[in-house]
Amino acid sequence: MFGKVHNIFVTIALLGLTTLLLTGCGDTPPEPRLETAKAKAEQCVEPTDVMRKDHMEFILHERDETMYEGIRSSKHSFKGCINCHIPAADAQGKPVNYLTADHDLNPEHFCATCHAYVGVKLNCFDCHSDNPEGAAPADSTHANVNGNGGVAHE
Amino acid sequence: MSKSSNIDAYRRKFLLGVAGTATAVTVAPGLLLRQAGAKAPSEEISDKNRWGMLIDVDRLPNGGQGVVDACKKEHGWGDEAHSNDQQKAHWVRTVHVKEKLTEHEFDLPVMCQHCETAPCADVCPTGASFRREDGVVLVDKHICIGCRYCMMACPYKARSLVHEALFDQKAHSPRGKGTVESCTMCVHRIDVGRLPACVEASNGAIIFGDLNDKNSEISQALKARGGKQIRADLGLNTGVRYQGI
Repeated sequence: MFGKVHNIFVTIALLGLTTLLLTGCGDTPPEPRLETAKAKAEQCVEPTDVMRKDHMEFILHERDETMYEGIRSSKHSFKGCINCHIPAADAQGKPVNYLTADHDLNPEHFCATCHAYVGVKLNCFDCHSDNPEGAAPADSTHANVNGNGGVAHE
Repeated sequence: MSKSSNIDAYRRKFLLGVAGTATAVTVAPGLLLRQAGAKAPSEEISDKNRWGMLIDVDRLPNGGQGVVDACKKEHGWGDEAHSNDQQKAHWVRTVHVKEKLTEHEFDLPVMCQHCETAPCADVCPTGASFRREDGVVLVDKHICIGCRYCMMACPYKARSLVHEALFDQKAHSPRGKGTVESCTMCVHRIDVGRLPACVEASNGAIIFGDLNDKNSEISQALKARGGKQIRADLGLNTGVRYQGI
């Protein structure tokens, strides 16, 4: 008899939890900012659904081919992604960086839009340029921020 | 995807190694020589080429400070604000040498010598240090863990570790905190048929070319006037050679 009462409580608790989880699903994923790339090309290097699911596979594949075999064709190149998807400068004429000066993900940056939403950290831009080649000159506030989260040097 | 392509590369290499001895004998030497040369950007590198540099120290003003500056500009190193002098990047540096007996003095630029049997690649625990088929020694920063064994193994002190977070790197030369770096012989340039930045800035004092091609400018210059390796006693068969030292 005691067990039955216990079961009812468990069921109620589970129902409550499910309701909570479902309410969390109300948020729709952010729309990636495609206007910069759309201005340059009608279609990405692969169909949109393929790019959404497999873009990392393409970048990884190209990475090894370039690193070890010296193949520098541009189709699935990381540089190609950046050059097409990231605007040369924002409305203020400053470069659009992956991180803001406060080390938050910059929602203006194409990669950051989705990666902030899904909580998948990117470390591509620890080494790679997050700007198209020949973009606006470096933002001095950004260049002086160190990786440990604080402004260490002026 | 990448794994299978690597395995394919190993298989190809193995098969070529087995077949290589036979073909080298049967194919006329002239035919092999004509294959050597610059490749198209989409083409795979091969061991038909061995890229090298011949540095004429006498013709480099200020011990090659000009080529050091050109390298800094090309790859964006040297502006590490939070690193001390021991930590700062030095892809190439000028070294002053004085022989005690004769008091003969000179300066020379020293960078990665792109050894055939590279000690850095030997000691690397992750395989990040490696030698490309065309002889260029590189760090795959994707798998470098920053342990710095390679820096200790290198007899030329050619490598450095990035000690601080970097921003606004060059698109063609990714570099970042916690990875080791050194001269790449400007692979991003030679892969598309251009000359390394230092060679362009040297006014002809540095010759870049294919050491495997006996008709190349560098091979002809080496044949005519010779070229020394630094620490030749180590038997590393370096890709970088010097004249005037």
